[in-house]
Amino acid sequence: MSELIHLSAVRRRRDMLMRGLLAAATALAVLPLALILYLLLKKGLGAWGASFFTTDPNGNFLGDPGGIKSAILGTLEIVGLATVIAVPLGIAVALYLVEIGRQGRFAGAVRYFVDVMTGVPSVVFGLFVYITLVLTGVGGGFAGWKGSVALGLLMLPIVTRSAEVVLLLVPDSLREAAIALGAPRWRVALRVVLPTALPGLVTGSLLAIARGAGETAPLLFTAAIVQGTSFNLGQRMNSLPAQIFNDVGQAQDRLVARAWGAALTLVLMILVLTLTARLAARRSRLA
Amino acid sequence: MTEVATKAKRVTLGGLNAYYGDSHAVKGVDLEFAPNQVTAIIGPSGCGKSTLVRCVNRMHEELPGARATGSVRLDELDVYGPSIDVVSVRRTIGMVFQRPNPFPTMSIFDNVAAGLRLTGTRGVKLRERVERSLIGAGLWEEVKDRLDAPGISLSGGQQQRLCIARTLAVEPEVILMDEPASALDPIATLRIEELVEELKQRYTIVIVTHNMQQAARVADKTAFMLSGELVEIDSTERIFTTPSDSRTEEYVTGKFG
Amino acid sequence: MEAGTSVATGSRPTIGRLPAVRRQDVVFENGLRLVAGLILALIAFFFVRLYVEASPAFQRFGLFGFVTTNDWDVSRELFGALPLLVGTLITSAIALLIGVPVAVAAALFASELCPRRFRGPLTIVLELLAAVPSVVYGLWGVFVLIPNLQGFERWFASAFSFIPFVGGGAVRGPNYFIAGLILAIMILPIVSAISREVIATVPQDHKEAALALGATRWEMIRTAVLPYSRAGISGAAMLGLGRAIGETIAVTLVIGNAPTIGKHLFDQGYTLAAVIANEFGEAANDPIHRAALIAAGLVLFVLTLIVNAGARYMVRRAARGVRAPSGGRAAAPGAAAA
Repeated sequence: MSELIHLSAVRRRRDMLMRGLLAAATALAVLPLALILYLLLKKGLGAWGASFFTTDPNGNFLGDPGGIKSAILGTLEIVGLATVIAVPLGIAVALYLVEIGRQGRFAGAVRYFVDVMTGVPSVVFGLFVYITLVLTGVGGGFAGWKGSVALGLLMLPIVTRSAEVVLLLVPDSLREAAIALGAPRWRVALRVVLPTALPGLVTGSLLAIARGAGETAPLLFTAAIVQGTSFNLGQRMNSLPAQIFNDVGQAQDRLVARAWGAALTLVLMILVLTLTARLAARRSRLA
Repeated sequence: MTEVATKAKRVTLGGLNAYYGDSHAVKGVDLEFAPNQVTAIIGPSGCGKSTLVRCVNRMHEELPGARATGSVRLDELDVYGPSIDVVSVRRTIGMVFQRPNPFPTMSIFDNVAAGLRLTGTRGVKLRERVERSLIGAGLWEEVKDRLDAPGISLSGGQQQRLCIARTLAVEPEVILMDEPASALDPIATLRIEELVEELKQRYTIVIVTHNMQQAARVADKTAFMLSGELVEIDSTERIFTTPSDSRTEEYVTGKFG
Repeated sequence: MEAGTSVATGSRPTIGRLPAVRRQDVVFENGLRLVAGLILALIAFFFVRLYVEASPAFQRFGLFGFVTTNDWDVSRELFGALPLLVGTLITSAIALLIGVPVAVAAALFASELCPRRFRGPLTIVLELLAAVPSVVYGLWGVFVLIPNLQGFERWFASAFSFIPFVGGGAVRGPNYFIAGLILAIMILPIVSAISREVIATVPQDHKEAALALGATRWEMIRTAVLPYSRAGISGAAMLGLGRAIGETIAVTLVIGNAPTIGKHLFDQGYTLAAVIANEFGEAANDPIHRAALIAAGLVLFVLTLIVNAGARYMVRRAARGVRAPSGGRAAAPGAAAA
């Protein structure tokens, strides 16, 4: 009977050890996030001052280097335009895949290449836009809207993939009911399918925006010059990631402090977007 | 494989209650499974019969929100007792599931060896035990030439016997079968039933079934459950001919369920 | 389907509107088809433009010579990308070596061990790692990891100097190891998210079978969970590799940007992505340098294409499961996480 009480000590120990290791690895995985957030708060809040959000970087090597007003506005404008480009297009492609293309060969090819696009490094998107829009001098050289195009390209496949998943969840019975009433298919798609899937589409789009907002590399080749204080998307434009990248590279305490402050600002913006998206997704799933 | 009849153990349930969250699935059941006998548990869907057997080897508690109270004694030892290791309980009380569930990535041999390898059985001894278990499950002749084939390449009935062999291999003393033939065709079902008949020479067997003919064919004793309660347990013959409770009679004569 | 619409509307009195409705649908469908086709055209255009712009470099150094020559010297206009390619591979390998075990362990913990009510929060926290921008990881690497890990790196280099490529040189501030470590952290969320999705497809049946045989939790993971999800986890690791290869800004900040092949783990180096980000400013007016950078981008593009195609294939196959080849078109795991 004793065998019922005693699992072999070796096996019990191995089980405890492995559980402990898995738990430790999980703690290890969470650790960087905790460390980064802690440091961002500690160093970033120190940099946040009265003029931090109200002044532009001024390029002074000595003294006050200025704040990050133009960087924040630039990020909002560039990412805003990128959203306007990527979200409708991305949803349109998903709508094609789900409502029209379905299992066809052409749809299969589109689906495959959307997958391919999600894997393309952001720096390559930057290069591409640089070649096609900056080098060719369309509307001048570097410009904010070109940064938006690069970010839009990056966000588009993310929007499409998540939109396809939620559009597939719309029950066919809804579509059939509307079609049986004699509604044209475009009306069914726009008035029935899209509104039903709306919460999921919003979630996917927010996550794509969060992803785009943090990208640096595509902006370096297309939009970003830190000195630029213009708010005109047709000209060179500052942005938070580019500003941080530039400040990190300078061996000057006040610039590094500004980098931490800007990083805290950027991370907070992205965290709010991400958490909103996740909570929205959770709520709509419960409903 | 030595002195057979002595090995099997008596299982006694005392005031067993089982819950899923707020729902009370098994209500205060007292029941005894005699050694070297087949006890069938019958009853309509949702009467708690599967939950009951899952409490015996403490598999019930693996489900989220599930818990159980009361006692399950193996001879004298309470498997819910404080010093008892749940892993050893499951080794001593084997279980065969409703749907055949061989490990899909493993060969026939590895499936049977899976439980043995956990305790470090290797080499010749491992091969002997696998062969003996496959013989015990009546599958040896059919698979001896293709032990390396994937377990899931077998037919449904063979897969279920493979699962039985896998259970036998760890040398349990009690075998719980949760509707073991419900996913099988009549011929495969018959093979399983013959096997149960043979296995009771060495084990205490509990079989949950919704198929009354099956209970009548294989069981020495039959228990009838309704809405989480044990209505009665008696020799199989009496349950199906002259049950003492009118609800049992209604059920076995097909008036409901 | 077109017929269905006309039948449905045909019974209505407003027969005159029928052609108009159908025309609207045709416009709608073809419009969407056009947008979808645009994606294909875009990728093709993308590839062609990159190739055309890179071709001066390929003409000068040869397609093969470009990736196999160990000499990247801007001042002499020599562009052999081998040091960059090697740097990319070394840092990605370090990232996988550190990141994948941790990510898979976290996925296993979150799906099989963690108390149920903590699963949701833990999952969100793991995914938030992906919300930290590359440049912030770089910032953290420069000002926190590099100064604080020096001691550990020196100890490691001398304690394990018998392992090839570990010891035998001065520990530099920015180096392959720091870059690989940051990449490991950056690929953690995607590898663990997809591993978690793959692990969730392991049927309860198999886990119960293992437990009923008297397996401990860990033994259940080893006998039922890991073998079943192996292909999917490999796919997740490959997707992580794709990320690591293409990651730019964080690596640029911590790898040292030395266009030579580092002699050991703690030596400086360069990667394909980093060289593009770093040298672009100066290359703008030098056609051959610019072409070389675009060629590096093309190599990077092709590399990620191959890795990602392999990864998607593995994850999709794993998603279909070992037993149930579904005819459905369920989206592959990672669709949302990607």
